[in-house]
Amino acid sequence: MSLFAFDSLTEEEKYDRFLERINAGEKIEADDWMPDDYRKQLLKLIPMHGISEIMGALPEKEWVPKAPSLRRKLAIMSKVQDEMGHGQLLLRVAEDLMRPLGKRREDIMEDLLTGRLKFHNVFHMEAPTWGDAGVIAWLVDGAAIISQTMMLTTSYAPYGRALKRICAEEVFHAQHGEAIVMALAEGTDEQRQMLQDAVNRWWESLLMFFGPDTSKRTGNSNQDKNIMYKLRTKSNEELRQDFLTKYIPRIHSIGLTVPDETLHYDEEEEMWVYQQPDWDKFKQIVSNNGPRSQARLRLREISHENNEWVREALGKKQTMQTASV
Amino acid sequence: MVEYNTAQEVEKDAAYKKELVELLYQLADDDFILAFRGSEWLGIAPHIEEDVAFSSISQDKMGHAVIYYEMLEELGEGKADDLAHLREPKERKNAIILEEVNGPGNYLEEPEYDWAFAVVRNYFYDISKAIRLSSLKNSSYKPLAQVAKKMILEQYYHLTHWNMWFTQLINATDEAKKRMRQAIDKVWKDFDGVLTLGPSAKEMARLGLIKEEQELKDKWMTEIKEVFEKLGVELPTNDGPGMERGDGRNGEHTEDLTTALQTLSEVYKVDPAAGW
Repeated sequence: MSLFAFDSLTEEEKYDRFLERINAGEKIEADDWMPDDYRKQLLKLIPMHGISEIMGALPEKEWVPKAPSLRRKLAIMSKVQDEMGHGQLLLRVAEDLMRPLGKRREDIMEDLLTGRLKFHNVFHMEAPTWGDAGVIAWLVDGAAIISQTMMLTTSYAPYGRALKRICAEEVFHAQHGEAIVMALAEGTDEQRQMLQDAVNRWWESLLMFFGPDTSKRTGNSNQDKNIMYKLRTKSNEELRQDFLTKYIPRIHSIGLTVPDETLHYDEEEEMWVYQQPDWDKFKQIVSNNGPRSQARLRLREISHENNEWVREALGKKQTMQTASV
Repeated sequence: MVEYNTAQEVEKDAAYKKELVELLYQLADDDFILAFRGSEWLGIAPHIEEDVAFSSISQDKMGHAVIYYEMLEELGEGKADDLAHLREPKERKNAIILEEVNGPGNYLEEPEYDWAFAVVRNYFYDISKAIRLSSLKNSSYKPLAQVAKKMILEQYYHLTHWNMWFTQLINATDEAKKRMRQAIDKVWKDFDGVLTLGPSAKEMARLGLIKEEQELKDKWMTEIKEVFEKLGVELPTNDGPGMERGDGRNGEHTEDLTTALQTLSEVYKVDPAAGW
């Protein structure tokens, strides 16, 4: 159809054309026509993902200066840098989507600080030991790989391209996490205990990571719409099941346990049965009432305040180009 | 002049080895502590692009420290990880200005970090490091000459990065000018601690490990003068920076180093014999 002909269609006809396109497996580019609702869904998903990468750097950042060997120091620095890089990549995708609405990156940052924009439940949690640094890189990144790989086929092309790069790097992160975890698992009693405690601490958060199975649990879910728009292909529960299938055997094989005695694989149902996490707690956590929510937001806020003079100085010098290293 | 190609060859020349080890500790400790200070900035730099770039620079710096510590390990000084994590403050050879905290607060709580200080300290340091590396390319200790050649390639990008920040900020807003001026004055007071090669500088030069301290200092001053003149900024003094709080090469340090070492070795010290 010519551009002229497309312009003369009604909104409803455009919408139908759009759904035909994505149902035929076509990808949508930033400048293509898209329904407002589609843009709205993307703008729920991508800034949240981007800001979660950035907030996700903070729990591990706590362990960067303390990493217990030169090799680990280098590896975790590089890993956290990658997370910031992912945040940058995703915020750029979000910026393009926000431009027609007259919004900018600054707005994303402000939405974060005012609590309008949420970040992933896992990054509200405490990471009190080096064992947590290992479990985050191994299992939280492992969970992220499962959900991000599923979204590689997303109908929104710029997001798909960003995810492709992110997934490639996440594989290295999970290996970095495995290396930390293996060293602790094969280490002294104290090291093994440190690791088991961290797994216990993270278990509920890991189950929550994929979101509730139905909207009934939290009264809110976008998964059906996202499946219709081909932004995702699997439900929250399918992803959680994939995660359990992949990681439960690995966790057991290195002599660790998970803090859920009811957990088992039901051969007939072909499903993992597990203790539901406390979804009310989940709602509290993502509403910035988790154990470290305020402290981590404060870090971003203080960085924002302290560097205001830098932004002003750069604003004056419009020629500023950030050197890439 | 003598030349050595391996750590084994150095074993039979005790006087040479002593100076080589001394120099390597200075190089290692300088890069190590400044990379540590850089890593504390992670996640809170002025913008996300800078966070990524600064982190990359800190990794290179830490990587260089690792190379030097591993050379020391080869020379029989002990495990590289032990050298980085377990030595007492008085055994450390880094310059005092490099151990100084990034600002009030700490990296976990209320980090009131000073970006102007970060820019000036890193810029001055990387100018000095580039000069030092180009001298080390001709070191009589060939393994050191080899690694210097590789590091110089990375150093070029670091220097470009900090030069860009320095240039952008120094003549921007009134507040930026004021903050940069304060940072320059602060760094200037102690920066001679970076430029010095310590009590045995002469002996190091005589053995061909590195050039004369004065020659390296003059080069640094020439470069700094050029930059300041071009930007129309006054030097704090004409006769070079000072060493007000003491000589780190001599094991003189501040409380900032003690707390930094506690942080960076906290986990390692749980059990230095364990695998981590």
